[in-house]
Amino acid sequence: MDYNTVLQILDTTLRLATPLLFACLAGLFSERSGIFDIGLEGKMLAAAMASASVAFLTGSVWVGLLAGIGASLLFAAIHGIASITFRGNQLISGVALNFLASGLTVLIAQAMFGQGGRTPPLEGAARFYPVTLPFADTLREVPILGPFYYEVISGHSLLVYAAFALVPISWWVLNRTRFGLRLRAVGENPAAVDTAGVSVVGLRFAAVAITGVLCGLAGAYMATALQAGFGREMTAGRGYIALAALIFAKWRPVAALWACLLFGFFQALELNPNALEAISGVKLPGPLLSSLPYILTVVVLAGFIGKAIPPRAGGEPYVKER
Amino acid sequence: MDRLPRWADVILVPLISLFLAAFISALVLLAIGQSPVEAFNVMVEGALGSAYGWGYTLYYTTSFIFTGLAVTVAFHAGLFNIGGEGQAQLGALGVALVCLSLDWPHWTLALAAAAVGGAVFGAAWAAIPAYLQAKRGSHIVITTIMFNYIAAALLVYLLVDVLRPAGQMDPASARFPAGAALPTFSEIPGIRQFYAVFGPDGLQRVNSKGELMFTGVPANVTLFLALGMAVVVWAILWRTRLGYQIRAFGKSEAAARYAGISPVYIIMVAMLLSGALAGMMSVNNVMGEAGRLLQNSSEGAGFIGIAVALMGRNHPVGVVLAALLFGFLYQGGAELGLILQIPPEMRIVVQGLVILFTGALDMMVRMLLTRIFGLFRSRQLGAA
Amino acid sequence: MAANGTLAIELKGISKAFGPVQANKDINIAVPRGTIHGIIGENGAGKSTLMSILYGFYKADAGQIFVGGQPTVIPDSQSAIRAGIGMVFQHFKLVQNFTVLENVVLGAEDGALLNTSLAKARKVLEGLSRDYELDVDPDALIEDLSVGHQQRVEILKALYRQADILILDEPTGVLTPAEADHLFRILKGLKDQGKTIILITHKLREIMEATDNVSVMRRGTMVATVKTAETSPEQLAELMVGRKVLLEVEKKPATPGNVVLTVDDLRVRDEHKVERLKGVSFEIRAGEILGIAGVAGNGQSELLAALGGMMRATGKITLNGADLPLSGKGSDGQSRRRAGVAHVPEDRHHYGLILDFTAWENVAFGYFNDAKYQKNAMFMDNDALRRDTQHKMEKFDVRPPDPWLAAKSFSGGNQQKIVVAREIEQNPELLLIGQPTRGVDIGAIEFIHKQIVALRDQGKAILLVSVELDEIMSLSDRIAVMFDGRLMGFRDPEKTDERELGMMMAGMTGADPGKGEAA
Repeated sequence: MDYNTVLQILDTTLRLATPLLFACLAGLFSERSGIFDIGLEGKMLAAAMASASVAFLTGSVWVGLLAGIGASLLFAAIHGIASITFRGNQLISGVALNFLASGLTVLIAQAMFGQGGRTPPLEGAARFYPVTLPFADTLREVPILGPFYYEVISGHSLLVYAAFALVPISWWVLNRTRFGLRLRAVGENPAAVDTAGVSVVGLRFAAVAITGVLCGLAGAYMATALQAGFGREMTAGRGYIALAALIFAKWRPVAALWACLLFGFFQALELNPNALEAISGVKLPGPLLSSLPYILTVVVLAGFIGKAIPPRAGGEPYVKER
Repeated sequence: MDRLPRWADVILVPLISLFLAAFISALVLLAIGQSPVEAFNVMVEGALGSAYGWGYTLYYTTSFIFTGLAVTVAFHAGLFNIGGEGQAQLGALGVALVCLSLDWPHWTLALAAAAVGGAVFGAAWAAIPAYLQAKRGSHIVITTIMFNYIAAALLVYLLVDVLRPAGQMDPASARFPAGAALPTFSEIPGIRQFYAVFGPDGLQRVNSKGELMFTGVPANVTLFLALGMAVVVWAILWRTRLGYQIRAFGKSEAAARYAGISPVYIIMVAMLLSGALAGMMSVNNVMGEAGRLLQNSSEGAGFIGIAVALMGRNHPVGVVLAALLFGFLYQGGAELGLILQIPPEMRIVVQGLVILFTGALDMMVRMLLTRIFGLFRSRQLGAA
Repeated sequence: MAANGTLAIELKGISKAFGPVQANKDINIAVPRGTIHGIIGENGAGKSTLMSILYGFYKADAGQIFVGGQPTVIPDSQSAIRAGIGMVFQHFKLVQNFTVLENVVLGAEDGALLNTSLAKARKVLEGLSRDYELDVDPDALIEDLSVGHQQRVEILKALYRQADILILDEPTGVLTPAEADHLFRILKGLKDQGKTIILITHKLREIMEATDNVSVMRRGTMVATVKTAETSPEQLAELMVGRKVLLEVEKKPATPGNVVLTVDDLRVRDEHKVERLKGVSFEIRAGEILGIAGVAGNGQSELLAALGGMMRATGKITLNGADLPLSGKGSDGQSRRRAGVAHVPEDRHHYGLILDFTAWENVAFGYFNDAKYQKNAMFMDNDALRRDTQHKMEKFDVRPPDPWLAAKSFSGGNQQKIVVAREIEQNPELLLIGQPTRGVDIGAIEFIHKQIVALRDQGKAILLVSVELDEIMSLSDRIAVMFDGRLMGFRDPEKTDERELGMMMAGMTGADPGKGEAA
């Protein structure tokens, strides 16, 4: 296998890791505040459909992006009302919203465009294009590093860079700000936050809203950058892989980056079976690769690789008591 | 807060949730430019208006009874088994292996063996998450979701690389032997009369071999197995020591410890039962309908079990009724696509709404009802 | 009454009901500034509810709160903090995986960024720990700290928010004696700096040692407020327990037979590895009631849990000469029941009943494996169970005698009768019975007491645990007093009085330990 193939796989890895990373960070904010969210998938799907439709209709990818975020926020709001206001079962709410998104996206896309639940292909200003980073062309000739910079680092859409920038930002918000401190506290022991005179409900809604925005970015990236338009079930379980990555990363932003890169790498290898065979020397079945994220997550959950301790108050509606 | 009367809790709460789900669904239909009334009529006509429609409605109902019961059994032990889909797919594998294993002399033998095969494979797939929950405290919701995906990948691998007969293009197993074919409603004496095909002369038509002709429908004898399982689940939960312990454990883990009920035992047994029921579902679609193992054979029925169990208030009678409702929804939804060109995804929307209202917003419905009852009571008091 | 200006807190006519339960009835209390004020009372007397109202956790149905003489409305914790009130809850409200510093700063940050807040807090903590012996490593994680240190963090949190009035709810429940002594030194130091302390406890010793004034609560009312120097533990004990309707239980002298239960050096640790039972040994004979007296939380619950197979323990117990395992196989509740141990748990809502189950389902709770409830190898005989339930309900006068009613629909007394009927009618060798009449009306109390005595007269051994001294005195054939996980001594109810038992319950030794063996 030559160096070019390696670069190609790494390039694909970055592109495929991006939606996972957005969604994983989205889940991180919600779950660190104590609200389980298995509805990442649904929010991504809703955002993908909304962003592609609006981008097509307006011809502006940026308006589309906003619409995607809006759709995802709407789903996040329902999840918040069900699980925070009415103290409903967070898992069931997430499951329900995933189904809702799965059905509604196709229905609406079909009603709007009549193309079998797809949006028309996006062109021109209606989608994100790769940007070439400074000096990429000049440095291309530098051995080893030059092509790496040109092929792997440079040449992605803005959203890819945004996703990776969000990792240190999330870390900083969580660990260095008042909001982050309170957010982490409310996911560990809401009573501590409540007795300190801070609103548990307010904090959790804020976290759920952040989750909405980030899932919106994930979905919009899928439909307007990674691909040129929305197709039914186009997220294909990425919301669940992101959830797996979140557990694998033990709910920490930087670890989430590595987990998403790893899972993105698996996906890239799956797309490139020949390279895989060259690396491993044996012919690994593709399905094994696609299920590796899930298998790894189960192994982590079982406590065989360190202990994955979720936020202590996760999944429990907060009821005031002495 | 005042308590609701029991009848309101058992009947009114699910009905209002259903009404809310139907109301939002109607809004969705209006939004995509369709008439809810027309859509409803098409659904009723398509799913319940003919023996043919019933032949499909009851086919779906059969699958949903199994998966609804699977979710119900786990729920009673306080466990949310979201892995019915994966367990059903593994069950499908078990059913297929049994059917392919020998040239079955009679369908009754094949049915019994396939049911056991499906149950064992489904239970085995539930066993790992159950063990991890019982012994290591791994959250069963997450592990069962993961196992759904692993199951799907496993089946893709098996169908492409192992079970696919040489020379066949599509990823599927070989066809099952004729002895493993289950009688459908168009073949069962007594029922098949409803499916007789009549010629213009008013007489039942006869095929080239001289046999009477009937319209083929997928509903098959597995329905009776499903109904039987509803009875079995009811008996286990409310008539046996095991069911007693499952229900007690699900209500209060602390009290269960006082009574000497072992958490590990209950979690394992409840999940094995749940997985077995989900696995047994595949008798209906794999053996009764497809006649071979296909990819994604369960087609989401495992997930619909969640809605069915919630709607049916975790009681086998409720589950059977809710399964019928969803059978109607699935067949009616298919008709919507054929006649009104409404995508069949409408069914998934309704399914999501039902889960949302019965499972996550039930407190809202209850608060609403309690307030209405309170109003009613105070007015009565005022009048007295 | 002192002039308003010198009062830190004054409550007037505070009432609070939870549904039909009146937790606080017309409470009046005045706490002078710069004092340590004790509030003492039994479990459920309404102390914690009162303080939760003061901290804005509950809203009072009626009454007024004055802070520093000013009428103050406290709708939430934020308002309480602003009014200068800090609270140290019985169950700490700390974030386990945060550092001490982060916990102190949480909710009291200066600005959106943490750095400045944390730096400021570090300085303030240094000063506070110097001034009040409140030294804790500011960078330690809470989960690595002992409970004593965690409690100091709670106090630091309140002081960091510049609390003038500090409420501590049962602060020593989780502390070792040395830690408790340290805590009281800290509280004295705070008092000397002009802070006002309200100390909620049910432990007489602490009140006598630490407080200036003490208010006694009983069943939601304020019974008395006295100067600590002018009272005695005996008087306080009497005020706490109150003189109830004299419950005379008709009872022949005991005729103890063979030893049924022997307990030798029984030890139990809770989930935090704190030793709750510190080597308890005793015997109970057939036809004898051994009453365990003591203030709640001194190890009685753990004693019942270990004997009933709900908690792991070490030591040795034998029933009629046969060893009962204390951990591993055969130590669960089912094995205990098979061996002939019946158990009426202290908390019927949490353990004794499944509230959503019907009465008849609850009658089989713990006994679902009994042959008499089985139709055949496969099915339970629910008809027989319902008949049995009907019979038990009639015999124990459960009202209404409807086996189909859910347990949660019965009154407390009738719920308890269902549990007692279930356990006593099993005809056990040994009956464990905890707080048999908690939350039970007078009529039911009398009935339940009679049943206990009747079981004794059938020659069964009974271990009775109660915080009601009257109950212990009138039912027991022998009394043991429990304090801090140990038995302080054994007494003959005919030859002792409430005064002596009260002293033992407060952990005051010097009394003759008596004999652990049955007479």
